[in-house]
Amino acid sequence: MSGLAGTGGLIRLVLRRDRFLLPLWVLAPALVTVNLVPATEALLPTAADRLQYAGTTGTNPTFLALYGPLYSGDLGGIIVQRAGFMPVVIGVISALTVIRHTRAEEEAGRRELLGATVTGRGAGLAAALAVTLAANLAIAVLLAAGMAAQGLPLAGSLAFGLQFAAGGWVFAAVAGITAQLSEGAGAARGAAVGALGGAFVVRMAADVGGEGNALSWLGWLSPFGWAQRARPYGGERWWTFAVVAVLVAALMAAAAALSARRDVGAGILPPKLGPTGASPRLSGPFGLGWRLHSRALYGWLAGFAALGVVYGAVAGGVRDMVRDSPELAEFFRSIGGQAGITDAFFASAMGILGLIAAAYAVSATLRMRAEETGQRAEPLLATATTRLRWAAGHLVFVLLGPAAAMAVAGAAAGLAHGLNVGDVGRELPRVLGAALAQLPAVWLVAAIALALFGLAPRFTGAVWAAVGAFIVITMFGPALDLDQWVLNVSPFTHVPKLPGAAFTAVPFAWLVALTAVLSAAGMLGFRRRDIAAN
Amino acid sequence: MTANQPPVQVSGLVKNFGRTRALDGLDLTVRQGEVHGFLGPNGSGKSTAIRVLLGLLRADAGTARLLGGDPWRDATELHRRLAYVPGDVTLWPNLSGGEVIDLLGRMRDGTDERRKAELLERFELDPRKKGRAYSKGNRQKVGLVAALASDAELLLLDEPTSGLDPLMEEVFQQCVREARDEGRTVLLSSHILSEVEALCDRVTIIRKGAAVESGTLDELRHLTRTSIHAELAAPPDGLPLPGAHDVEIDGTTIRFEVDTPRLDDALRSLTEVGVRSLVSRPPTLEELFLRHYKDELAEKAAT
Repeated sequence: MSGLAGTGGLIRLVLRRDRFLLPLWVLAPALVTVNLVPATEALLPTAADRLQYAGTTGTNPTFLALYGPLYSGDLGGIIVQRAGFMPVVIGVISALTVIRHTRAEEEAGRRELLGATVTGRGAGLAAALAVTLAANLAIAVLLAAGMAAQGLPLAGSLAFGLQFAAGGWVFAAVAGITAQLSEGAGAARGAAVGALGGAFVVRMAADVGGEGNALSWLGWLSPFGWAQRARPYGGERWWTFAVVAVLVAALMAAAAALSARRDVGAGILPPKLGPTGASPRLSGPFGLGWRLHSRALYGWLAGFAALGVVYGAVAGGVRDMVRDSPELAEFFRSIGGQAGITDAFFASAMGILGLIAAAYAVSATLRMRAEETGQRAEPLLATATTRLRWAAGHLVFVLLGPAAAMAVAGAAAGLAHGLNVGDVGRELPRVLGAALAQLPAVWLVAAIALALFGLAPRFTGAVWAAVGAFIVITMFGPALDLDQWVLNVSPFTHVPKLPGAAFTAVPFAWLVALTAVLSAAGMLGFRRRDIAAN
Repeated sequence: MTANQPPVQVSGLVKNFGRTRALDGLDLTVRQGEVHGFLGPNGSGKSTAIRVLLGLLRADAGTARLLGGDPWRDATELHRRLAYVPGDVTLWPNLSGGEVIDLLGRMRDGTDERRKAELLERFELDPRKKGRAYSKGNRQKVGLVAALASDAELLLLDEPTSGLDPLMEEVFQQCVREARDEGRTVLLSSHILSEVEALCDRVTIIRKGAAVESGTLDELRHLTRTSIHAELAAPPDGLPLPGAHDVEIDGTTIRFEVDTPRLDDALRSLTEVGVRSLVSRPPTLEELFLRHYKDELAEKAAT
């Protein structure tokens, strides 16, 4: 039996399982980017506007770090830079897709079922890579066609399309390797996304100082750097794609070799053993809560710190950005209030972070529900542990986790901005305060989740609908000219727009009181109801 | 708790899940120091009853007393004195088996370290593996070691041996016997009849949420039939056999089943013809058990 026998059948299986997901992630990046053409033309109608943009926003360090260098000041070049984050997104999706169809299948035991049929040892990996690589090629073709159709040069459009695909190809192949290493799909995902993050950070460091800076050579150490240095619309350098192709081929060969050497279900790295007994810290609901939540909390904290740094670093340049875009100025004012533009920016940024923190609070609450429905609460509740004590092990994270995240983001933003303007002593507490001011609204969302958990456990997941509504109201409500009563539905409407506005205690007290009532109702309901049985 | 009050006393227990009635007037009494078998097929309400006893579910009607307390109101205090093993032990993927055993022990009132080490060895369980790496049988062993290593006076075991191999089943039976010898009370829900037959002093058979039979195995046997296979001196044609069923005659050989209280009469009839050889077999638990479910099938066929 050849190692690739049955690949065709597995490809059809992958396509069948992803029949909704795959078209979505192929179409979205191309469509979003193609839409940047009319948007950018409207924003920067003349060549002079574009040159001015290239000299200011396009080369400010934040843009360079996030999106990469601006190789040409014409329409194509500006769009290439503004879409600079897209290859990273495509890379993440591609890596996750490959792992979803390889290691995740093996971990679930479904691979074994197929392995007993006429399916070669390498067929699963080959099918996952084939579909992912083809999907990326489709993105490249769609993007190139869409750009060329709007009158941009064909060569540049092709290079632009390949730039997108390159991100997907490289990290699909990387995921092909990480999927071979460990028994758990989680570890494989972590390793692939970690490698991608590393490549992105290296590219950031190379580009933040502008073209030709002392660290520019670092760009050649990152696959993202190679793809960007193909310079679409800026005098294309096609050979960089050859480097990408060689890397992808080498990574795929390595993945295939690793896959051929190991047993189905096993990893190249042996599974890690745990301790023979529990440490003194693991002796109750709080110790267990820490073990269950800490890893996710660290991830959220890192994300909030990074977002905080980005917001803090961009804040100084907001004035420039707003000069180019009156729409953007209106956006910040609508969410952030009428104070000075930098304060309004911070207020709106903290509002957005608050919404993300609410999502964290909700996911921590749902974790508690998942413990219950997964029958992992039952053995604990059969010990001398009250239901409230069991829940408290999770509630610490539901309530204090978002507080820690907002504190970290506020401190990071305040520090970064303070360093920029040379007044950390003033900016750090102001921005930190603005971040913490969001907490009553965040906690209210958590309280809604808790009330559902206690009183209507089957519908705990419905809290996401509330989160979605609050996001729409807060982010787009003012722009959509919604009535005030609609805006008032979102708790985020009621927190003071710090640091610019005055602090008002009354809405705070209301939000906290409502939070207390809903949480208490949820916990009382939880004490009285049946524990989910399977 | 008063000394003569049974550890588990349930009467008329009713529990509904929406429109389905999981428990329909269940009566169950487990006496001090006995191993009580709780028999019934999947979906008959065994797990629901145990979850009510654990205070995880609230009964809709009827009374339940556990170790002299109310299983719902006094749950936490009662749980110090019992240990529970579910039929499907689920573990946290990032915790090792040893960590789970210690955690459960500490949340109850401490684990006997020496007993834990001994049980790990007897069940051949590696406590260092992470939850996701254990097979079904090994997950059950984690739950069993955690429960058996405790000093709990009452063990609630809900189909605890699913996924165990025959060697480990033997170890489990040894452990339950030792627990009984130490004076502990065990409620063992199971559908493995050989296990119940080997271990249990008394059994309760449950069907559709209600007890249909309860007593010692001998008492239950008395209620049902004994099978007889005899080689007679002459063909038994026309022989009166009071209380006999399913009579098969082949020359001088006869097979039948007889209601156990009328065994004496049947044997007397046989000896009148003359018996050359006789095999008499008491009903197995399996036959006892199937009888109730055969009735159910017969009822269905009749209507």
